[in-house]
Amino acid sequence: MLKLDRKLIRDLIQLRGQAAAIGLVITAGVATFVMSMCAYRSLEATRQSFYDEYLFADVFSTTVRTPDAIIPRLKEIPGVAAVDTRLVYDVLLDVPEMSEPATARLISIPDSGQSRLNQVYIARGRMLDPLRTGEVVVSEVFADAHGFVPGDQVRAIINGKVQELSIVGIALSPEYVIQVQPGTILPDDKRFGIFWVSENDLEAAFDMAGAFNSVSLRLAYGNHVATTVDVLDRLLIPYGSVGGHTRDEQISHQYLSDELAQLRGMAIWAPAIFLGVAAFLLNIAISRIITQQREQIAALKAFGYSNFDIGAHYFNLVLIISMIGTTLGIGIGFLLGDAMVGAYDAFYKFPSLEFRPDWLSVAVAFLLTTLTSLIGTYLAVRSAVLLPPAEAMRPEPPPSYRPSLIERLLPPRSLSPEVRMVIRNITRRPIKASLSVVGISMAVAVMIVGNFSLDAMNYMMDFQFRLAQRQDLTVTFVEPATESVMYEVQNLDGVLASETMRSIPTRIRFQNRSRRVGVMGVEPDASLFRLLDADEKTVRVPDFGIMLNTKLAEILGVRIGDLVIVEVLEDKRPTLTIEVAALVEEYSGVNAYMNKQRLHEALQESNVASGAFLKVDANRIETVFAELQRRPGVGSVSIKDAAMKSFEKTVAENIMVMRSFIVVFAGVIAIGVVYNTARISLSERSRDLATMRVVGFTNGEVSIVLLGEIAAFTIAAIPLGWMIGYALAGLMTAGLDTDNYRIPLVIERGTFVMAAFVVIAATTVSAWVVQRRVTELDLIGVLKTRE
Amino acid sequence: MPMSTQTTVFRTVDLTKTYQMGEVQVRALRGVNLELIEGEFVVLLGASGSGKSTLLNILGGLDTPTSGKVLYLDTDLTASDDAELTRYRRDHVGFVFQFYNLIPSLTAKENIELITEIAVSPLDSMDALEIVGLRERANHFPAQLSGGEQQRVAIARAIAKNPKVLLCDEPTGALDVHTGIVVLEAIARINRELGTTTAVITHNASIANMADRVIALSDGQIASVTDNPSKVTARDLQW
Repeated sequence: MLKLDRKLIRDLIQLRGQAAAIGLVITAGVATFVMSMCAYRSLEATRQSFYDEYLFADVFSTTVRTPDAIIPRLKEIPGVAAVDTRLVYDVLLDVPEMSEPATARLISIPDSGQSRLNQVYIARGRMLDPLRTGEVVVSEVFADAHGFVPGDQVRAIINGKVQELSIVGIALSPEYVIQVQPGTILPDDKRFGIFWVSENDLEAAFDMAGAFNSVSLRLAYGNHVATTVDVLDRLLIPYGSVGGHTRDEQISHQYLSDELAQLRGMAIWAPAIFLGVAAFLLNIAISRIITQQREQIAALKAFGYSNFDIGAHYFNLVLIISMIGTTLGIGIGFLLGDAMVGAYDAFYKFPSLEFRPDWLSVAVAFLLTTLTSLIGTYLAVRSAVLLPPAEAMRPEPPPSYRPSLIERLLPPRSLSPEVRMVIRNITRRPIKASLSVVGISMAVAVMIVGNFSLDAMNYMMDFQFRLAQRQDLTVTFVEPATESVMYEVQNLDGVLASETMRSIPTRIRFQNRSRRVGVMGVEPDASLFRLLDADEKTVRVPDFGIMLNTKLAEILGVRIGDLVIVEVLEDKRPTLTIEVAALVEEYSGVNAYMNKQRLHEALQESNVASGAFLKVDANRIETVFAELQRRPGVGSVSIKDAAMKSFEKTVAENIMVMRSFIVVFAGVIAIGVVYNTARISLSERSRDLATMRVVGFTNGEVSIVLLGEIAAFTIAAIPLGWMIGYALAGLMTAGLDTDNYRIPLVIERGTFVMAAFVVIAATTVSAWVVQRRVTELDLIGVLKTRE
Repeated sequence: MPMSTQTTVFRTVDLTKTYQMGEVQVRALRGVNLELIEGEFVVLLGASGSGKSTLLNILGGLDTPTSGKVLYLDTDLTASDDAELTRYRRDHVGFVFQFYNLIPSLTAKENIELITEIAVSPLDSMDALEIVGLRERANHFPAQLSGGEQQRVAIARAIAKNPKVLLCDEPTGALDVHTGIVVLEAIARINRELGTTTAVITHNASIANMADRVIALSDGQIASVTDNPSKVTARDLQW
C-alpha cells in the first residue's frame, strides 16, 4: 500500500465520528432511493407479467343488454386481438355474522371454464365447473376477510331471490389487483368481493340468455386505444353503453399506477435532499481537514507530490466515505424494499409479488453519490491543489474579524466576550453559517414532509366524511326509485333525516377535452350531503348550471361561466349545454353536481331517485340496514363509519411504519449537520478555547463559545425548515394529484412542533457529545503546538 | 569567489518578491544576485524577516519570484510551469523545515517511504534513518518522537530521495542547543559524504562557522558574502 494511502486511512480513522455522520446521511438517501426503485421495479414487473399471463384487457365497456349477435362485429374492430363478453352484476350478500352490508360483483365464467380475457388465477381450491349450478369462486381478499375456505356456503340476493352458493375456489384477477367498489375511493375487503359464477347461472338469474352486459377488448400491440374506444362506443351505445374506457380509467390499474408514480416521486426527492445535505457536510469536513493539513500539504508538494496527487488524495478520502455510505445504503435499501414489497402484498393481490433488486438503481446510486461528493468537495479540494507550497509553509494569517453589525447597534459592552465571539464567528463566514442553517433546516423539512401525509389524510377524511358527507348510510337503488319507494325508505323506523339524489352517467365535453363523469342531482338545501369549497364553506346549489369539482374543472380546463356540453349516456341520451355555475372542493374522484329538480327537467323525467342519504339513530343502524337489505329495489347500502374505520386502520398502519423511518432519517440529518458543525468549531477554535481556559474562563463559559453558534444555527433553522417543509409538501401534493384522490396541503401544528422537537433533541445530543471534549482540552498541549 | 571550473548549481539574477500576508504587503526580496556551487555548504544568515526563507523557497521551486531569474543548472526555474516545478522538486530537491512538517499519521519509516515511493533513485528508508541515527525509532509516530528526533526524521526524509540539493529552513529553530547540534551534524555528514549541495537558513550566526560560505541577508538584500576557509564541526560550534 502506498504511504499516501496509509495516511488516508489513518486520517479517516481520526475523522471517524464525522465520517460516520456524513456516511449515514448518504446511507439514508441511497436507502430511500434503492428502496423506492426496487419496490417500483418489483411492482411494475409483477403487474406486467400478471397482465400478460392472465390477459388483462386494454378496453372495457358496459351495456345494459347486448345480443351475442354483435360479437363478430366487435372482433372486426381494427386492431382488436381478442374479445371477451360476459355478464357482470353487483348484488348484496347475506352474510349472517355481518351486521354491515357486503356487495358481491358477480362475473360470469363461460362454459369453457376460463374467460377469454381478464382470466382468473386460482389461488386455492379449484375453478368452478361451469356445468354445475350454484358454484362460486371468490376473490382472495374477500374470502380472507371473512375466513371463507372452499367448501363454505354463502348466500347472495340475486335479482331479489336469495340463493345459496358454494365456494369451490379462491382466486385473483388482473382486473382486481386491488378491489375498490365503484363509487367508493377506498378498498374495503370485508364489504366488497368478486364472485365468479357460471354463465348459465347468471343468464338464468337475470334472464340474459344470448346476451351480455360487459365487454373487454385486448388490442394488438401498437394500436391506438382511443380510436378503438370510439368505434366500440358507436357499436354499443344503442345497447345502453355508457361509453367505453381504457385501462387508464380502470380502478385497479389506476391505483397501481398511482402507487408507481409515488414510488418514482420518492426516488427523486429523497436522494435530492439527503445528498444535498451530504455534499454540504463533506464540504465543511474536507475544508477543515485541508486547513488543518496545510503544512502537510506543503511538505508533500515540496517533496514533489503533484497537484494531481494531492487532489486525488483528498478526493479519495471523500469517495471512501461516500462509497461506504452508499454500499450500506444499498443494503438497507434492499431490506426496506423487501419490507415494502411485503407490505404491498397485503394491499395488492398478485399470484406472487416478489422483491426484485433493481441493479440499475444500484449503479445510479453509486454514480449519484460519487458525483455529489465530488461536486460538494470540489472547491475545498481545489484550494488544497492550488495552495502555493511556500505560502502553506507560513502559518495561516490570523483570520480577520470585525465587530458585527449587531454589536455596533448595541451599546458598547452590553454583550459578554463569549457572545461577541459567537456573533463575530457567525458573521465572519456568512455563507458557511447559512449553509449550516440550511442543513439543519433540511432535517426539520424532512420531518414535516414525512409526517404531513398523515395530517393531510386526517384532514381529507374529516373534510369528506365529517364535513361534506354527514349521512350514516348511503343507499343506491337498482332502478331509479319512485316517490313511493323513497317515502318508504325515508320513513323506516330509526331514520332521522334523509335526502335523495339522482345520478346519471355522462360525458362532459369542453373544447377538445372530455371526461366520463357521473352527474349527481342533489337537493339544494341539503344538510347531509353537502358540497363545500376549499375553505370548508357550503356551496349553495344554484338553480341553474352545473357544479364541477376542482379536479374535473382542471382536467377540462373550465372556469366558472364557461359552457360545457353534457352528453347523457342513459335512456334518451340528450345532449345538454350547461353553464358552469360553481366549483366545489373534493379530495377524491371527479364529479359534477346539479340541482336535482333541474336535472329531472333536463332528462324529461319525473321525480325519481338513484339513491338516498340517510341519517340514522346510532342504535338502530343495524336494524335499518337489515330492513333495507330485504327490499328488492335496493342495490347497495354502505355504512360510512365502517368504511372510514377500515380505511383509517390500513392507512394508519402503513403511515406509522413510514413515519418511524422518517424520524430516524431526520435525526440522521440533524445529527450529521450539528455534530459536524460543532466538531469543526471545536477544532478551529481549540486554541482559543484552551487560551480562555488558561486565563481563567470556566468550562461552562468556554462551552458558550462553542455551542452558542450551534444553538443560534438551530434556532434559525427551525422556522426555515418549516417553510422548506411546507414548500416540499406542496410539491409532493402536486405530484400525488391523481383522479382518484388529491392530497390537501394541510399540516397540523403538532407536526411543526414535532419536527422542531426532534431536531432540537438531535442537536442537544450531538452538542453534548462535542461539549464533553471541551473539558478534555489539553491546555498546555494545545498552546504549545503551532497552528 | 568560487573558481570557474566548478559547476554552478544555482544562479539568481535581480530576484525580487512581494507578497500579501493577510492585510499586509511584504517586500521580502529586493534584488538578490547569488550563485551556489556544487557540493558546497552554504549558510544563509539573516534576522527574522530578512527574506532568507523566501529565497530558499524560490530556490526550491516552492515559490516563484515577482521579478528576476533563477537558474538551476541550465534550467530557468522562473520559466517553468507548475508541473515542471513539481518535477524539479520531486527529482532534485530535499527540504528540511523548521517545524519538521512530518505527516503525523505516518510512522518515521512511513514518512520517509512517502517520499522514496515517488523518487527516481532513492536510498533505502532504513539506510536514511541510519544516517541520522534513528534506525531504532523507525516505527514511531511523530508524536512519539522528541523535537530533535522529528527533525532528524525530516532530514532522513529529505535525503532519502538522494537529492542534488538539500535546502534547510531554520532546521534547529525549534530545538535546544544539544539537539540542534545533533541535527546539524546529520546535515554536515550528508553534505560531506553524499556531496549534496546544502543550503541552511538560520538567524544563528554561530552556525555560520560550519559553512564553506556565508551569505548574509538583510532587509531583502544580500548584505555580505564571506568565504569560510576554517570550517568547524557542529560539535565545536559555540552558541
